[in-house]
Amino acid sequence: MNHPGYKIHKKTFIKTIVKQRYLILMVLPFLIWIIIFKYLPLWGWLMAFQDYRPKAGMGIFDYPFVGLKHFIALFQDPMFYNVMGNTLAMSFMQLIFGFPLPILFAILLNEVKSIKFKKLVQTSTYLPHFVSWVIVAGLFTTLLARDGIVNEMLLLIGAIKEPISFLALPRWFWGICTSAEIWKELGWNSIIFLAAIAGIDPTLYEAAKVDGASRWQSIKHITIPGIISTILVILVLDIGWIISIGFEKQYLLGNSIVQDYSKVLDLYILDYGIKLGRYSFGTAIGIFKSVVSIILLFFANQLAKRWNGQTVI
Amino acid sequence: MLFRKRKKSIKDRVVDGLIICVLLLIVIVTIYPFLNVLAISFNDANDTIKGGIHIFPRVFTLRNYEEVFKDPILITAFINSVIRTILGAGLGVISTMMVSYVISRKDFFARKVVANIFAVTMYISGGMIPEFLLMKEMGMINSFTVYILPGIIGVYYIYIVRSFIDGLPSALQEAACIDGANDLQIFTRIILPLCKPVMATIGLYYAVSHWNSWFDTYIYNSSDSNLTTLQYELMKVLNNSNTAASGQMLRMKQQAQTVHAISPQSIRMAITIVATVPILVVYPFVQKYFVQGMTLGAVKD
Repeated sequence: MNHPGYKIHKKTFIKTIVKQRYLILMVLPFLIWIIIFKYLPLWGWLMAFQDYRPKAGMGIFDYPFVGLKHFIALFQDPMFYNVMGNTLAMSFMQLIFGFPLPILFAILLNEVKSIKFKKLVQTSTYLPHFVSWVIVAGLFTTLLARDGIVNEMLLLIGAIKEPISFLALPRWFWGICTSAEIWKELGWNSIIFLAAIAGIDPTLYEAAKVDGASRWQSIKHITIPGIISTILVILVLDIGWIISIGFEKQYLLGNSIVQDYSKVLDLYILDYGIKLGRYSFGTAIGIFKSVVSIILLFFANQLAKRWNGQTVI
Repeated sequence: MLFRKRKKSIKDRVVDGLIICVLLLIVIVTIYPFLNVLAISFNDANDTIKGGIHIFPRVFTLRNYEEVFKDPILITAFINSVIRTILGAGLGVISTMMVSYVISRKDFFARKVVANIFAVTMYISGGMIPEFLLMKEMGMINSFTVYILPGIIGVYYIYIVRSFIDGLPSALQEAACIDGANDLQIFTRIILPLCKPVMATIGLYYAVSHWNSWFDTYIYNSSDSNLTTLQYELMKVLNNSNTAASGQMLRMKQQAQTVHAISPQSIRMAITIVATVPILVVYPFVQKYFVQGMTLGAVKD
């Protein structure tokens, strides 16, 4: 305490605080905000290990601790496996189809010479990204209705004899959901790849042309190698988010007939946790989801390190 | 040699044509649903049931829109959506700028700690239930505050703004510092004016996400119709028609009700257009900023 060096250190520290008072004042309210709204809920994880029933005048430690009861109940609930299956199925479909298409789209777009046409394509395909899932679900409901355009076209070419209620076909739900996601985000997700392509040295293409390389050869030997690191980073990030696919589209496109295929983890939390008031059980599901997604993110980050030499997170 | 070159250009042209066809098809698939909804929203409801409306209305009417703008709940919803969008975007931008500026200051003594406190929340969150209970504890159920306060900052946007500030020439800040400007003055007179493009970008992101959100209304404010939002009302209409579409009985019942000139379907289309138009109106002017934000965010922080 009496060490002279400490005193000097303390003095300069106070000096720094006074000097940077405006910076502190600017950030302090938001530190308080983030602690209340983002860190305090983490405290609520305790609930998963208790039998929590909201009652006036009860502190969070006053509820009986029940250990892993809710987690055991979760792993014994057949519904949980159904929900996990749906979540993973839609994630993987998204990864398999939704991931390569924007890359392909960006490469195609890059081959277009007319700047005006390019602009037109970009402007129209970025648009759906900005409309809400409520609207997209509405559009898809209209398209896929019995009197919608999809049925009309299929009838016209004679592929079907009777209109189909697509949204009432449980087995089709995963595909419809994935298509809606691709429709909404195709253009937007291609931006990052377009930017990467724009960063490729144009002299490479000129040199290839002089050497008589075909268009396909240029794509294969210049464009793809030029954006491969971007592709890997995005792939890794997508793997990290596998379990957190959200619930909006599943909720909005789903209905009671297809619910065996449409219920995903977040909807399960919503139904059990909030609607039925089983807060502890719902929190346990949430914790499970958080833990799995953090593990996935770290795993993905390690992958990125190995492939790309740098971390993504 | 000459012959070969010519042949190649024909093949090239065919490929070019194919690419343009594929892209055009994508454009049509993207735009058609919007045009279809627009046409139905301007078409007479009784006529719509006959089917076959594509991109032009057959029996033109404004009836559907009249119906929408007559409904007091929808008007409340519209006003609430507008207020939360403006307020949420404004406060969001100011808050994000302040935090980003502080984090971007290399000499700020708690820079690392503060940056990490924010960064961690991008990966770990309490989850739906603890957040719901927190709002309940804080008395924010059935309040307008719940639209603004919990999501006032999108942590990811801090990183977009920070990488933008990092790209600014540091000489300006240093010069101002030498001239005796304090941190607040540097922020308001140098950083903010220089950050206009990135402010536009994140302002639009905030505005779009406020305008589009429905889940917070659903989960926190669904029992108070004074606090409803447009997307939530649209969601309710959509939900009703989905349930109806899934049961043949209900569907027939619904059709029987629709003899009178308006149908839930047509109303739904009109609301959809009302909810989409604000985005469509600003979108062409601000597309540049949207894309800038996307590529800025991709730069590793």
